[in-house]
Amino acid sequence: MRILLVEDDPTVRSFVAKGLTETGHLVEQADNGKDGLFLAVSEKFDVIILDRMLPGGIDGLRILETLRAQHNATPVLVLSALGDVDDRVAGLKAGSDDYLTKPFAFSELLARVEALGRRSRNETVPQTRLEVGGLEMDLLSRAVKREGQKIDLQPREFRLLEFLMRHAGQVVTRTMLLEGVWDYHFDPQTNVIDVHVSRLRQKVDKPFDKPMIHTVRNAGYMLSAD
Amino acid sequence: MTDPTPPSDGHRRSRRRFSLAALRHHIGGLRSAGVRFALGYAVLFWVSAVLFLSVIWWGTAELIERQVEASVAADARALSERWTDGGLSALALTIEDRLEDNVDDDALYLLVDRNGVRVAGNLPSWPEAVAMSNVWYQLTIRRAGVRGIAEVQGFDLPRGYRLLVGRDVRDRTALRHLLTDTLLWAWVVITALALLGALLVRKMFRRMVSSIARTTSAIAHGDMHRRMPLSGRGDELDEVSEAINEMLDRIARLMDGVKQVSNAIAHDLRTPITRARAQLEYAALHAHDEGTLRAAIEEGVNDLDNITAVFEALLRIAQIEAGARRSAFATFDLVPVLQDIVELYEPLADEQDIRLVPRLPEQVKFYGDRSMIQQAVSNLIDNALKFSPQGGEVTIAIATGPDLLHEDRPDARVATITVSDEGIGMSEADIERASERFFRANAARNTPGSGLGLSLVQAIVQLHGGTLRYIRREPGLSVRMTLPLPQEASKNEVADMTQDSPTSHAHDKET
Repeated sequence: MRILLVEDDPTVRSFVAKGLTETGHLVEQADNGKDGLFLAVSEKFDVIILDRMLPGGIDGLRILETLRAQHNATPVLVLSALGDVDDRVAGLKAGSDDYLTKPFAFSELLARVEALGRRSRNETVPQTRLEVGGLEMDLLSRAVKREGQKIDLQPREFRLLEFLMRHAGQVVTRTMLLEGVWDYHFDPQTNVIDVHVSRLRQKVDKPFDKPMIHTVRNAGYMLSAD
Repeated sequence: MTDPTPPSDGHRRSRRRFSLAALRHHIGGLRSAGVRFALGYAVLFWVSAVLFLSVIWWGTAELIERQVEASVAADARALSERWTDGGLSALALTIEDRLEDNVDDDALYLLVDRNGVRVAGNLPSWPEAVAMSNVWYQLTIRRAGVRGIAEVQGFDLPRGYRLLVGRDVRDRTALRHLLTDTLLWAWVVITALALLGALLVRKMFRRMVSSIARTTSAIAHGDMHRRMPLSGRGDELDEVSEAINEMLDRIARLMDGVKQVSNAIAHDLRTPITRARAQLEYAALHAHDEGTLRAAIEEGVNDLDNITAVFEALLRIAQIEAGARRSAFATFDLVPVLQDIVELYEPLADEQDIRLVPRLPEQVKFYGDRSMIQQAVSNLIDNALKFSPQGGEVTIAIATGPDLLHEDRPDARVATITVSDEGIGMSEADIERASERFFRANAARNTPGSGLGLSLVQAIVQLHGGTLRYIRREPGLSVRMTLPLPQEASKNEVADMTQDSPTSHAHDKET
């Protein structure tokens, strides 16, 4: 993916750029709002990572508003040291697709950026069926099958599996699950999510030879065919 | 020589301006409230005194004039009666009599025949200015070598005779002058008094304000223990002082709170920061292989994450306590929110062999911040699960009922959310301190946690105008949040505490 990174702190910028490059992405960098806006408007990116507070008069939200005013729908992830719920709402209102508070783990950022890139490619057609390897999910009849064998899921388990399947092949962090499946925007401290995933594993993976839900150390989970 | 003396001129001007400014400063200028008060007093006093004096002056002068006119008119009437009764000779006699009786020597009479020849009276000839009868004339007359001013009136008598009656008003004019002089002197004295009074008022005002100003400026410079002196008279000044003292007490309490928090932050953040630092430093100095190094770095990152979590919790509490988060308030049903939380924690409870029992009514319409209520209940369940023994039971119940704390509002209703466990419970002393930031009961020292969970719950409950209570059970602990319900919604909901979660609501929201 081609990613634009607008961040003024050189350490954070090079840390994120290095990490993204290592995972196979192409990263353009800008260290102030003006250059960032120029790049964002003049070139095509798959995802834009925007720091909220930038030097040079143009801050992250201004760039975002300008982009959206020009009907540029490039997915934007806002990075911010302002972790307040109101600030998050302000960011989302300005048109950002995701919001990450500093300090963050790189794995969290990577997972969210990849999810955003994927979403922008898939969003055109509303799906009624999801399929990953031998795992099939019918979103209308709410039926799940693996290798032709029916799997009974509780509603919340269904939503959890749906989220994992929509992000198949990507790392999904615990926070992403908590936000995406439960709509909770705080950290419950204990490992509640792990227990839910392990329950889902009991049903989706245990009866079969090969596990599909993988734990990614220090990051989260990933559903993949192999 | 095109350069005259602008510098010295400017210098002089600036010096004059300086001295003017100094004078202004000394007096206080019009910007000084004391000077304005004093000036106001002086002007008011002066204006009312001048008005008063003017009224006296006009009144007296007028009275003198009217007296003259009245006596002349009475004289003339009497004399014309004499004429009618006794004819010319009687009139002339009467005039002579009157002149003799006149002690003040201010009466003027003259009776002339049709040729203008004097018949009786003390004036030598008819003055030319007096042409018409029954009109007042003011004349300068010369009598016995003395000039005087007279008010006279002429009257026509039958057969061409004419009578002139008047008064010499020289003495009265002198009296008027005397009066004017006296009043002018009074005016001068009054002006002086007004100025003196103004100075006094300004001084009094200064004294009143300066004690307040002195104290507040001392406080502004950091002496937070100073308070306004009270005179004990209970007057307006005391009221102001009391209000200021109250405000200062409140500020002091807030500052104490901030100090306490910053001490707590310093203490509770320093410990993990020190740990992380030591770990990283030790690894940098002593690690011999990559594995050890990596492990040390990972530990360090974990510590940093903990620090962030504590930090965020503190910020959140501070923010909620400041009441800044009411913007997200909305009406919502408490029941599905609690069901969701129960469902989130159920697998975890299962794993620890703890039964999570919800006791929820059909519906409880509530007005508040949904996400905060979620977090508060999550924190309570989290705690309950942490301290429950295997095979124990944790109940989550909602009940509604009348507000017992506010008896003055009989129709006020509250919702209570109670989370009860059968765990280790808390001692009375611990309950006292449970909501303090960073407080952790001794029994809880070995469990993970920051000691901020219950402070956050307390802050959230307070923001919603409710109360948080800890009730000891045998065994275990109940934590009860009592939250006020919106007025209009309180009638139509089911208040049945014993009813278990009836139906699973629609979980399946589309993303």
